[in-house]
Amino acid sequence: MKQIKNTIVAVAAVILLSAFSFVNTESNDGYEIGDVASDFELMNIDGDMVSLSDYREAKGFIITFTCNTCPYAVMYEDRIIELNNKYTPKGYPVIAIMPNNTLAKPGDSFEAMQKRAKSKGFTFPYLIDKEQTVYPKFGATRTPHIFVLQKTDKGNVVQYIGAIDDNYKDASAVKTKYVENAVDALLEGKEIEQKETKAIGCSIKS
Amino acid sequence: MRIYVVVASVLMLFNCNNVRKETVASGKIGGLKSIDSEKASSIELEVYNFSEFEKFLTKRDDTIYVINFWATWCAPCVKELPHFEKLNNEYGNKNVKVILVSLDFPHLYESKLKPFIVSHKIKSKVVALDDPNMNSWIPKVDSKWSGSIPATVIYKNNTKKFFEQSFTYDTLENELKPFLN
Repeated sequence: MKQIKNTIVAVAAVILLSAFSFVNTESNDGYEIGDVASDFELMNIDGDMVSLSDYREAKGFIITFTCNTCPYAVMYEDRIIELNNKYTPKGYPVIAIMPNNTLAKPGDSFEAMQKRAKSKGFTFPYLIDKEQTVYPKFGATRTPHIFVLQKTDKGNVVQYIGAIDDNYKDASAVKTKYVENAVDALLEGKEIEQKETKAIGCSIKS
Repeated sequence: MRIYVVVASVLMLFNCNNVRKETVASGKIGGLKSIDSEKASSIELEVYNFSEFEKFLTKRDDTIYVINFWATWCAPCVKELPHFEKLNNEYGNKNVKVILVSLDFPHLYESKLKPFIVSHKIKSKVVALDDPNMNSWIPKVDSKWSGSIPATVIYKNNTKKFFEQSFTYDTLENELKPFLN
């Protein structure tokens, strides 16, 4: 009888554990196009806390999940800086968020983020999702992974999800600039042609 | 069956912890002997764009294909590779064929990918997929694929399953079994 009891306890423990495991692995339940993204408060590399609501003048945001350690993310760093320089004056600043577990990826530690931002001359906030609660809400699965939000009366509406452009290897060979096209369309009040795109990236380490 | 899923989830949970160790350990790869580097440079790597590569996803020859998308820079991919190697070894005579599809960057084929194949004594077939217009081909592999790796397709003729996850040997073998009948 005692053995049965133990078994029940063990099975219950396993089910409980698996529930947590699902929280970690099933990150595809995030925002879809048209959803309102909830605000967050995350620490920037300068120690300040940053929220979307801080940006009173912004028309929207280019939320970029990125990190130091993913080769694809690194290849896009210069293009992310360009995006910020081009679209901050137009009301769509870049906000970069580092989603990885820094125990799994020491190269993405807060100090490493500070160093990388300094050496690359990041012109945008580089926030750490320390509790790893923000990226699952968005449904970010990889780095780099972009979400363009548009500020509306309803809140910050998700208008584009996906890649920056169609050539990770060579910025000069890019044919379609997905994010630029999306933000330009929003600025012109037009429909975004490609609202979602896919790209290979490094899975986010939970 | 449900228990399988639960056990698999728990295994994956533990697996996550192992991944952390692996990231540290994988930094040690590199000190190659000269014999190895000679071997590496003699490897003839098959490199495809997606339209050339697509034939590996559309064979209808009663063979079970296990197609794993990976890269040398992807720590969880490197961690699970031995399981695919073991599967290839143990089920090779049961009409199962493992194909490891490297998404490494072309400029690193010589310096990273080929030496990796030699130093890890990879026996499964390795091909390289080099097609930067990823949005055009990722959905053709599977509509559910968000683009993160590791990712794996198991198929036989017209039956296919897709996984955007890491495997242990047991979870991988369990997914293969339904195809064996």
